[in-house]
Amino acid sequence: MSDVQRRGGPADHAIEVVGLVKRFKKVEAVRGISFAVPRGSATALLGGNGAGKTSTLSMLLGLLLPTAGTITILGDDIAHHRYRVLPRMNFTSPYVDLPKSLTVAENLKVFARLYGVPRIRVRIAELVDQLDIGDFLNRPYGTLSAGQRTRVSIAKALLNEPEVLLLDEPTASLDPDVGDRVRAQLMDYRHRSGATLLLASHNMPEVERMCDAVLMMRAGRIVDTGSPADLIARYGRRTMEEVFLDVARGAEAAAAPGASPEPRE
Amino acid sequence: MSGPTTLAARRVYAIVLRHLYLLRKSWVRIVEMAYWPTMQMVLWGFIAKFLATNSSWVAQVPGVLVSALLLWEILFRGQLGLSLSFIEELYSRNLGHLFASPLRPMELVAAMICVSAVRTVIGVGTAAVLAWVLYKTSIFSLGLPLVAFFANLLLTGWGIGLMVSALVMRYGLAAENLAWGAIFVTAPISGIYYPISVLPGWLQSIAWWLPTSHVFEGMRGVLMAGTFLWNEFWTAAALNVLFLAVGTGLFLASFNGARKRGMLVQIGE
Repeated sequence: MSDVQRRGGPADHAIEVVGLVKRFKKVEAVRGISFAVPRGSATALLGGNGAGKTSTLSMLLGLLLPTAGTITILGDDIAHHRYRVLPRMNFTSPYVDLPKSLTVAENLKVFARLYGVPRIRVRIAELVDQLDIGDFLNRPYGTLSAGQRTRVSIAKALLNEPEVLLLDEPTASLDPDVGDRVRAQLMDYRHRSGATLLLASHNMPEVERMCDAVLMMRAGRIVDTGSPADLIARYGRRTMEEVFLDVARGAEAAAAPGASPEPRE
Repeated sequence: MSGPTTLAARRVYAIVLRHLYLLRKSWVRIVEMAYWPTMQMVLWGFIAKFLATNSSWVAQVPGVLVSALLLWEILFRGQLGLSLSFIEELYSRNLGHLFASPLRPMELVAAMICVSAVRTVIGVGTAAVLAWVLYKTSIFSLGLPLVAFFANLLLTGWGIGLMVSALVMRYGLAAENLAWGAIFVTAPISGIYYPISVLPGWLQSIAWWLPTSHVFEGMRGVLMAGTFLWNEFWTAAALNVLFLAVGTGLFLASFNGARKRGMLVQIGE
């Protein structure tokens, strides 16, 4: 853990969520969750389909309005100061796309301007090099393979060198080789910049490799938290995959939830 | 046992059923089916009625119909340009990226207005050149009043374009056809090709609430009498402020509704 994480206290949390609820008519997608993500950490949001991960990430981005609860990111309540926070964060998601008829370079230029990136050419050149997207930089986004699109989405997400990066299944459509390189890039970015990562993933080895902490979700609630090693030990399992299956199927851990990220329910 | 014909008929029925399911869930698609024939019939019915008694009056002013058509295109292209810029983002499933960036909704509106202005100049500019080549009618013969008409029609187009975009954000791409057809609801009562006085009394009182009615009356004032009707210009401008305010209000309300329902991420899928 970094110094920032050890100090504790609200000022050291990149993300603080208190009593977050999202109700869609009769369906309650998120049921009063509370958690805090320390600055500079990488935290995974795990859960089966419909657990409420994507709804939670969408609320953090302000794309979805909560029914109740508060979200504070980098010290700002996003209900009131969303536009102060958004330039300092970014995201990728398989549920949104980039304009298909624009080339990769055009897309990156557009979003660089939206995020107010200085020295756009230099920043894009850096990302082209880091993510190895030079071969298709001038091809329309719509003609790219799923793996290439994912890399471009990650390049878009890193354009503004975000302090908070939300990643929804960041390597879902990548082959093992490219997936491994993307994970390495994201970890490298985190260590260089001190950024906070919150990722929803179904890839358990990825979570074990990248994340300091895990928030386990089921049916809109956080049912357990801890570091991957801590959870594996408490559930008496060998891998996060097995822990995930236990949680998804309703098994309880032997011991109380861990301390980081801090559950507040 | 089912023969090949029966099986084929079942498959055909399955596809028909698939579209009926879609239709049942979307009043927008049902309205769209009846919309074009109704609008065309109403519009050309009034034109026929007017020309039956006033054909010599129109004949006195060469190019009046072509000029009216070109002004109408400014309105249509202005509205379409704005609505299509928004729909492009839905096609691309890009709204999530846009609204998770620091882009504010009003900034998107401003951008769509700019794109619409560019599209309109390209579209109507081409048509204006063609009108001159084919009919020797130059819309620029309207002189300075053309600027006033152009500005007012663009403002109306943007107001309606925002209303349409709000509906598309609310109902998804099922409402896309409104982008192509919404403006035509104003066509029969805008007095494009005939004076508002041709309309029945009750329809006239509705027509005068449209900025377009005042613009086209103004156009006839310039073409027929060589007079710029300032009262028509100011009335159109005032109504346009109202149209833009309503359009912007609906767009922002629809944006907030989409955030409540989670449509910014899902819309376009």
